[in-house]
Amino acid sequence: MAKMMIPLGPQHPALEEPESFSLLLDGERIAAATVALGYNHRGMEKACESRTYIQDIYLLERICGICSHSHSSSYVQAVEAIAGIEIPKRAAYLRTLIGELERVHSHLLWLGIAGHEIGFQTLFMFVWRDRELVMDLLERLTGNRVNYGMNTIGGVRRDIDSTQTEEVLKALDILEARTSYYIKVCTEEQSIIGRLAGVGKLPREDALRLGAVGPVLRASGVRRDMRKDDPYDAYSELDFNVITDDHADVLGRTVVRVFEIMESYKICRQVVRNMPDGPIAVKVPAKIPTGEAFSRYEAPRGEDIHYVRSNGTDRPERVKVRAPTLANLASITNMIEGGYLADVPIVIAAIDPCFSCTDRMIRVQDSRSGREDRYDWAGLRQYSIDWYKKRGVDLSQTKAAWKD
Amino acid sequence: MKGTGKMIPLMLRMLVKKPDTILYPAQKAHVEEHFRGALKFDQALCIGCKLCMRVCPSAAIEIERVSETEKVFQAYVRMDRCIFCGQCVDTCPKKALENTENFELASTDKESLRKAI
Ligand code: SF4
Ligand code: SF4
Repeated sequence: MAKMMIPLGPQHPALEEPESFSLLLDGERIAAATVALGYNHRGMEKACESRTYIQDIYLLERICGICSHSHSSSYVQAVEAIAGIEIPKRAAYLRTLIGELERVHSHLLWLGIAGHEIGFQTLFMFVWRDRELVMDLLERLTGNRVNYGMNTIGGVRRDIDSTQTEEVLKALDILEARTSYYIKVCTEEQSIIGRLAGVGKLPREDALRLGAVGPVLRASGVRRDMRKDDPYDAYSELDFNVITDDHADVLGRTVVRVFEIMESYKICRQVVRNMPDGPIAVKVPAKIPTGEAFSRYEAPRGEDIHYVRSNGTDRPERVKVRAPTLANLASITNMIEGGYLADVPIVIAAIDPCFSCTDRMIRVQDSRSGREDRYDWAGLRQYSIDWYKKRGVDLSQTKAAWKD
Repeated sequence: MKGTGKMIPLMLRMLVKKPDTILYPAQKAHVEEHFRGALKFDQALCIGCKLCMRVCPSAAIEIERVSETEKVFQAYVRMDRCIFCGQCVDTCPKKALENTENFELASTDKESLRKAI
C-alpha cells in the first residue's frame, strides 16, 4: 500500500491550541511524524524587556492559563536570586500552597480532557465538576480563579487567616474523597485501561535521551522532580513522595497524575498546619542590580525554566522562558510513530501540552534559496508595515502600543 | 477481569440530584469574598501622584486633574485593557483605589469601555 502524508492541525488537533503535525501513514499506522510550532508566538519575552520587573510578573503569569503560578514563581525566583533576597518563610509556604492547589486543578483538568479525548464524556463532566472546588478555593485565597496574582518580588501579596485555613482543610477532605474515587475509576475501569495501555509508548531510555520532563518522564520510570532534586519554596521541609510508574504509556501518565494529586493534598495539609507566622513579603527596590539567574520550578507539566538577566535598571535586559511542553515535544514524534492514527489525539494530549506557552521564536526561511533571515525589532515592525501596505492597509502612522 | 461501567452508579445517582450548574445570568453567579473585580476610586483620598499609572502593567488606568484651582482628580479605567491584577491598589499610597466584586463588565460599545470610576 502506498504511503500517504496527512496534515493534522494546525486547528486544534488535540487540545484547543494550534499546532501542526505531518503524519506519514502506512495504512493506519504512523510511519513518521514531524511537529511544526509557531502558530501562537506572542512575543512575550521581548515585551518583558520594556516593562518593569513588577509589571513582568503579571505578563509572565499570563504565559499559561493553567500553570500561571508556576511561571510567575519561576520568574520571581530568578529575580530574587539576582537581587540576593531571601523571602520570608511564611511567603515560601504560601507559594507552595498555591503551587500545589494549582497542580491539583491542572491534573484534574487534564484527567477530564483525557476522558474527552477517548470519548469518556462522563469522566470529563464529573472531573470538571469537582475541579470547581479547587478553583473556588483558589479564588477565595487569591482573588482570582486562574491568574492568582499571588506572587510579588520578595514574597506574596495575600495572607491567609485561620478561617481560610479551615476552609482549605475542609475542601481538601472533599477533594481527596472525590479523587480517590477517580483513582479507582482510572485503575479499574476496563474501558480506560483497554484504551490507554500500550498507547504512546516512551521507553525509559528514550525519555531520558529526548529530555522529557514532568509526569511524562516519571511515567517512564524516572524519579525526577524539581521539588525534590532542587527544592525551592518550602519543599525541603515537607514530606511527600515522587510518583513514578513503569507503564511508559498513556495509562502510566494517567496513573502518575492522579496519584500526584493525592501527594499534593498531603503537601497542602502539611503547609497549612505548619505555616510559620511572620511577614509575607520583604521590600525590594525597583532597580535590580546587574546579574543573571536561572530558576527551575516543577510546574504541573514538568520542569519550567526561567532565565533573567538584569542591567541595574528597573527593567530586565533579557527574560527567557523554557516551558515544559518544549521539553516534551521532542518525545511526541517518538510516541506516535508506529502507533495508530486514531491514537494521535490522546497521545498528544497525554503530554498535557501548552503550545502557546512554548512558541518562542520565528525563523523566516526562504523556501527556494534556504536563506534564513533574522529581524531586529525595528526591522520586524517595518516588515509588518510593508506586508499590510501590499494588501491595502496603511499602518505606518500607527504608534507602537508600548513605548520604552 | 475488572469490568466496565464503574461510573454508572454515580451517573444514576445524578438522576435524582439537582444540577450542579446554575442558570446564569437568570441566576446570580457567586464570586468569592475579596475577588479582584472592577476598580473603585475614592476621589477624596487621591493626591494625584499617578503612581498607579506608573505601575499598571497594561496602561489601563489614567488619572486626570479635573479642577483648575483645587487638587481634585478623576480616575479612568480602560476595561478593555485592565487585567484586574490589583497592582494599582497595592501601590496607591493613599488607598484611594479598591477592587470590587463586580465582574459583569461586558459591553457592546468599545468606546464605553473607558470608564470614569
Ligand atoms: S496612586 Fe492613588 S493617590 Fe496616587 S494618583 Fe493613583 S489613585 Fe491617586
Ligand atoms: S488592576 Fe492592574 S491592570 Fe487594572 S488598572 Fe490596576 S494595575 Fe492596571
